[in-house]
Amino acid sequence: MSEINSVGIVAPQIAHFNAPLTLTCGAVLPEFDLIYETYGELNADKSNAVLICHALSGTHHVAGRHTAEDKHAGWWDNLIGPGKPLDTNKFFVIGMNNLGGCHGSTGPASINPATGIEFGASFPVVTVEDWVNSQAMLADYLGITTFAAVVGGSLGGMQTLQWSLAYPDRIKHALVIASAPNLTAQNMAFNEVARQAIITDPEFYGGDYYAHHVVPRRGLRIARMLGHITYLSNDVMGAKFGRKLKDTIKYSFDVEFEMESYLRYQADKFAGEFDANTYIRMTRALDYFDPAAAFAGDLSAAFKHVAAKFLVLSFTSDWRFSPARSREIVKALLDNALPVKYAEVTAAHGHDAFLMQDSHYHAILQRYLSQVEV
Amino acid sequence: MSHALNHTNHLYRQDFAIIAGWLRFGSKALDLGCGDGSLLRYLRESLEIKGYGVEKDDANWLAAMQNDIDVIQMDLEAGLSEFEDNSFDTVILSQTLQAMHNTETILQEMLRVGHEVIITFPNFGYWRNRLQIMMGNMPVSNDLPYEWYNTPNVHLCTIIDFDQFCEDNHIDVIERKVITNGHAIHFMPNWLGNLAMYRLKRSV
Repeated sequence: MSEINSVGIVAPQIAHFNAPLTLTCGAVLPEFDLIYETYGELNADKSNAVLICHALSGTHHVAGRHTAEDKHAGWWDNLIGPGKPLDTNKFFVIGMNNLGGCHGSTGPASINPATGIEFGASFPVVTVEDWVNSQAMLADYLGITTFAAVVGGSLGGMQTLQWSLAYPDRIKHALVIASAPNLTAQNMAFNEVARQAIITDPEFYGGDYYAHHVVPRRGLRIARMLGHITYLSNDVMGAKFGRKLKDTIKYSFDVEFEMESYLRYQADKFAGEFDANTYIRMTRALDYFDPAAAFAGDLSAAFKHVAAKFLVLSFTSDWRFSPARSREIVKALLDNALPVKYAEVTAAHGHDAFLMQDSHYHAILQRYLSQVEV
Repeated sequence: MSHALNHTNHLYRQDFAIIAGWLRFGSKALDLGCGDGSLLRYLRESLEIKGYGVEKDDANWLAAMQNDIDVIQMDLEAGLSEFEDNSFDTVILSQTLQAMHNTETILQEMLRVGHEVIITFPNFGYWRNRLQIMMGNMPVSNDLPYEWYNTPNVHLCTIIDFDQFCEDNHIDVIERKVITNGHAIHFMPNWLGNLAMYRLKRSV
């Protein structure tokens, strides 16, 4: 693989916070860690910082590789690097693992300093608002007052929205991609099925499976399979797998179709590396996010104090976060006469399109970000 | 929505100047089918107009974004549901009307969203068009650069037709200008004018 335009070898860092953080649910985290990576250089007046907010299963490892032998680059590597849309010659890019995560930030699998064992079920339910507040604490820690841009897709887009609502003077540009101002009932229903798969796994032990030295693999696998189906479009599944058989029909319930093989592979991979307690919390954060709720459902009223300039993008084949949902965000911005550019990108890949390297999609980001002043 | 006329021709600047003359300094305008956003850019630079554009075509959308236009990608045929009543001082449809399928709907939508509406379109009654029809062909010109089989222009009309349309739909014509090659036409406009420009509002 060519490594032209790569940020190269990167190493994560950990910021420790001793200041207590009161969460939306009322719980207080007396101390916590946030793991993050940075790409590019922070300029002298600290005006070129860009925060990447990750989605459901994302991490702080957004670009580059941890070692030269590392098989996989960061999850949004196609976007970040010298000469790429988020040009690290211009921007100082930060990727962070959200609170409650399982990749190094304090989460359910972390040791609770008060008890000496894993938090497990006792780790509080975190919200998008909590994440954004903790991201603002990381920004303070790094000496960044204002972000040139906050960028996020899907659940990451919700965090970007929340940034513009909670910290209007700390964000100049909001790039909200394949996202929504809240989840539809159908979308929440998918989350509930995923959670039920995990919670009813006998090896979940009410969330305290660490002590039993097991993980609820069955539940995680089913949750991931379901997720994968909803992230892809029917067309792309058809093109990728269709009704292709691995061999011949055997009148069994083993893997017979290519699609089944793919789902099981994805499920196994995920169950081996992701924490079930984190997964159920991430889906809950998605369910709860609804900035219009405090304004009797009026999103335009919620946006009254927004000051950021917006780029809102959706993808034609994305049925989990459909273009219509992005247009609700656009409408709220228009109602407040706020600057917004909105594109509906023609793409086959469904919700996953926001992670793909599509020439038109990347041209939009390239041109938009080239106009962002630092 | 693509414009039927070439944006770079000299007619276009005259078009801009007349539209600018119909807008108040610092007012709010919505340009439907904004193309590469050059009209909104001109209005922003000359009158500090706070503008939004609507554009369907990917390449035009990108070009408009590069002109730093707040541009929304959507299909005008579906209406303007994202836009509230009276949320703009002026809604502009420049040289796009003839390519719209839902002509009446978009007119009503524009009058709902804007206090005033500006419509410009190539006048099918222009003598050169009539001459080509007399000679037995569908007109092809700089203003109507398509062949009959590939034209996006499905609703061509003359100035007389559009006047009648406004009357039938209770639309007030505040002002009308007709130009040919950048020159104002006052005498026999439906014969001698190739671009019709209307400033409209709802009849009260």
